[in-house]
Order: sequence, then structure tokens, then C-alpha cells
Amino acid sequence: MAACSIEDLLAKAEQDEAEKLKSITVQKELDLEFDIGNLVAYDKNRIDIRQFREQKKEDFLRSLARDNTQLLVNEIWKHPTERVEEVIVVKLPEPTTPLPREKPPPKPRPPTKWEEFAKLKGIQKKKKTNLVWDDKVAKNELHRLRNIARAQKIKVPGVGLTPIAQQSKSDLARAVNVAKSSTASAGKFQDRLPKEKAPRNTGKKRKFQPVIGNFSNEKQRQLDLLKVMDSKKPRLDVNKAVNKQMREVDREEAAAKFKKGGKKGRKGGNFSGKGKGGGGKGKGKGRAGGKGQGPPSGKKGAGKPGKR
Amino acid sequence: MKQKEGVIKPKTKRAKRFLDNRAPKLTENVKNVMIMKGGNTSMTVTQALKDIYALKKPSAVLYKKKNITRPFEDSSSLEFFSKKTDSSLFLFGSHNKKRPNNLIFGRLFDFHVLDMIELGIEKYNSLSAIKNSKCPEGTKPMLVFAGEAFDHDDDHKRLKSLLTDFFRGPVVPSVRLAGLEHVLHFTALEGKIYMRSYRSLLKKSGCRTPRIELEEIGPSFDFVLRRTHLASDDLYKTAHRQPKALKPKKKKNISHDTFGTKFGRLHMQKQDLAKLQTRKMKGLRKRRGPAAAAEGETSLKTAKVEVE
Repeated sequence: MAACSIEDLLAKAEQDEAEKLKSITVQKELDLEFDIGNLVAYDKNRIDIRQFREQKKEDFLRSLARDNTQLLVNEIWKHPTERVEEVIVVKLPEPTTPLPREKPPPKPRPPTKWEEFAKLKGIQKKKKTNLVWDDKVAKNELHRLRNIARAQKIKVPGVGLTPIAQQSKSDLARAVNVAKSSTASAGKFQDRLPKEKAPRNTGKKRKFQPVIGNFSNEKQRQLDLLKVMDSKKPRLDVNKAVNKQMREVDREEAAAKFKKGGKKGRKGGNFSGKGKGGGGKGKGKGRAGGKGQGPPSGKKGAGKPGKR
Repeated sequence: MKQKEGVIKPKTKRAKRFLDNRAPKLTENVKNVMIMKGGNTSMTVTQALKDIYALKKPSAVLYKKKNITRPFEDSSSLEFFSKKTDSSLFLFGSHNKKRPNNLIFGRLFDFHVLDMIELGIEKYNSLSAIKNSKCPEGTKPMLVFAGEAFDHDDDHKRLKSLLTDFFRGPVVPSVRLAGLEHVLHFTALEGKIYMRSYRSLLKKSGCRTPRIELEEIGPSFDFVLRRTHLASDDLYKTAHRQPKALKPKKKKNISHDTFGTKFGRLHMQKQDLAKLQTRKMKGLRKRRGPAAAAEGETSLKTAKVEVE
């Protein structure tokens, strides 16, 4: 009994399947040929002319069309589908029927003047390397942006230091100090190494007097300022100016000598320093005048050796 | 690069883009149709042209004026129009006593006529005559060609290719399953070609593939094949030539055998078989025990003998 029922079950299942597929199966003598890429079906079966004449033409054609379309749709549904933006879409293969093109295939374009020249000279295309980071450029950029921020009165948070490729001792020391002070308590509780010295040059860079404080001090200072403005004396420390100028000239000479390889002694530049000193005693413009004279005389000396 | 062979050198980017769109390409644009009227047309012909224009809407141009030309004799004006509108398909409708209700379907290659087939309309039902809801404009139609003639007769074969080219629409990689609404069915029977246009309704069937029911919508034609002007074999071959770049690139070192098994090929360097790492079988290892000791003795003995 059990065996019978299993067989019955299987038979029934097969029947059900057939029923299901009955609605979409179509019986044809010859199978249709399909070109799914173009959504085309070719039916090569013989058409019964008698049936065509007997039946109403339209009905005959419609039933034929329905059968063929059903087969075509069956074939389309066999292809893989995917979901694109809430829409189910079937992926079509490449079209198989060869159809003529609209225009001939494109010809390779003639080489440009440069391409011809490059071929002639044997120049090959060199790929440009990617941009390389440069510390100077980075620093320049940072300062530029900071200037812009300052001009537009935008607040810029203090970021710290720009990284530099070759760091000197002072740079490293400064970096260490910046790192140390960038803690929650601004570096107050950071331990120092045994021989480490306290950082210098910290604190405000400019010092302003309090607005309301020592009135007598302020009064004295303002009176002194007015006195100096009235005095018409040169505000120049002559010694200092002279020493500075002499040092500069010596440096220039040394540089020039080094450049020329020291062929012939520079006589032109020697007496210029003292001359400057004398000129400096003038109105205060002496300094500027001296400076004006210095470089030309140096240049004169440099210009002449050929003739000598 | 603004080099352009031909009369027009583009002066703006927009013009350049326009010309590049019309230039020969690897993968071509959708073929445009130009629909025009001849010297004398009947109501049937004008209505038929309008209906086919509606079918091919986005990629078709319908000319309102009559063109007094005869395509079979002189195709120069056709070629001129095709250059103007960048169309490679045309449909020319005319009516005279000798050839009533005449439609000439044709295609061009490189702006020269490739194929022309003349069909006479014997019976015609227009879109407006059949009162149904139509398919949206621009749906890619499914095409079915039924009848042995499409397979046996040369003229019919060309007609099949021409009609496929005409009605297939843009070539797309995937299609929305619910959007497969439009079916064009061509039947070749007794020297006549019946063209019917249906709207397909996808009904529920037991399984994944739907059952098709058809509803006639669009224009229905009963054509009779009249004159043909088919391209010579070599021109036809040239038109089909595809550029090499479009050929699918063959993957190296992969091959398939007749059973469909996929084989791959690996290229190895030469291996030193002496240093090959194989599985270690503990049992086969040389054992250190009495056997080894005996061997050692014998070797000693032999050594001694030699010395002596």
C-alpha cells in the first residue's frame, strides 16, 4: 500500500509540474532560432496554408504570433537577471545576426606635426613623476595662508611647526618645546631630562605698557619722546653704524676675492670704509649715502681686472 | 586637435562634439530613419508613413514636403538628405497607377545606397483605426519572422535583415523584464508578407516565466514584394566589416575541450628534482640501529684491507 502511494505521489507531482508548464509550453515541429541580443526569433516551420484560409486570417496570425512570442519570452527568461534600482532587468547577450554598419570603421588619424617630429628625432614620451613634497614650498604655503587669514581677520588655530627636512639644533629644540607644551596643562607638569635647559625666547614677543598704571612714568616717557623729536639731532649711534658698515664691506670683499680666485688685490675697496665714516657725520643721510657708494666701488674693482 | 577632413572645420567645442558624434566610430549610434513622400501620395501612404514614424519616434525624421525623385533610378537626393540628417535608413512612400501604395525600405552605407526593397501595401489598418491603449514610445520591440520564405529565398533573406535593422532600436546590454511589451510579427506566406504589431501582456503562469497574451495595437500591413535593389556581394561584405578593436580579446592560456571543461595553462620555471620537497614517510627513513652498526664495521674492514 505504501509503495503504491509513493508512486501515486510521484505521478501526481509530475502531473502538477506538467500542468504548471502547460500554460507556457508550445509544440512546434522545428525549434525556433533566437537572437536574444536583438530580441529576434526566427520561425522556420511550414505554415499550413489550408488552415490559414479556413480560419479567419487575423485569428490565425494572432495565434501564430502568440506561440512564437511565448517561445521567445521563454528563451529570454532563461538569461540571468539582476536588480537595478528596484527594477528587475535581464542581461542580454551580444547580438548574433550580422548587420551592416552605418559608416566604415574609423581610420587611424594622421600623426600630428609634433608626433612626426618626435618620431624623427627619436623622442619618447616620458611620464611625468608625481609631485614631490618640498618643505620650503610647504612652509611658503603655510605663511601665505596665514597672511591671508590675518588680512581677512580670520582666526587661525596655532598648529605648531612645519616639518623641515634638515633640522638644525635650534629647530629641534624648538620642536621639542612645542611638543612639550601641547598638553592639556600647557606643559606645566612635563618632566625635563637631567641636562635639559629651560626654553628661551618664550613669552610675549612684544611688550605693551598697561593702559592705566604708572601715570608719572607715562608722562615722563611722552615728554622724552617730544624732546627727541624736537632736538633735530641725528638719532644715530655713529660708532655702531661705522662698525656695521665696515663689517659688511669686509664680507663683500672676501666674497668677491673668493669668486675671482684672488688674481689681483682689490685696491678699489679699501679706502671706501673710512670715506664712509667721514660722510656719516653728516645729516643722518650719510649712512644712506655711504651705503650707496659702497657697492659701486666694489663693482668697479671687480669690473676692471680684465683691463689690468 | 581640430583637424577635420571635409569642408567644415569646427570653431567651437560644441561644433566639434557635434561632428565627432557623426564621425565614424567603433560602436555606432542608433540608425536614424528618414521618412519621405514621393511626387504623388495617397491617403493610405501618408497615413502609413505617419504610423511608422510613430513606431520609430525618437530616431526618425518625417519630411512633410513631397520630393519628386525616383529612388530606383536616381539616389543622389536620398544620399544628400542622409548626409544632412545623419540617417542611414530611409522609407520612401509614393503612389501611382502602375505601383499603387508603394513603400520603399532602404539602407545606406557611408551615405551611399546599400539595399532598397519595394513593398506594395495591399491592406492597411492604421494605429488610429485600432482602438486600444498603445505601447509607450521608444520601447524596444521583439521581432518574430515566420515562414519558410525568410530562410529559402534570397530576396526574403535580405528583407529579413533590412526589417531587423529597421525596427530593432538601440542595442542595449540589458532590458527591463516588465518593459517587453511590443511585438512585431512578420509572416511570409504565398508571396505576401503580413506585418502585425501586438502588445504583449505578461500573465501569471505557475512558474517564473509568464504566459503571453497578445492584443493587437499598432499598424497592420499586408505587403507584396515588388522590385528590389540589393547590394553587390563585395559591397555587402565591406559594410559588414567590423574593426579589429571590437573583436573580443582572447584570453591567453585558457582553452576549452569538447566537453566544455575549462583548461588553464601555468608556466613554471625548471625545477631541480633532487631538491623536490615530497611527503615524509617516517617508515621509509633510514634507521639508526644494529643494521647501521654492521654497515659501519664492514666499511672499516674494507678500509683496513686497503691500507694493507
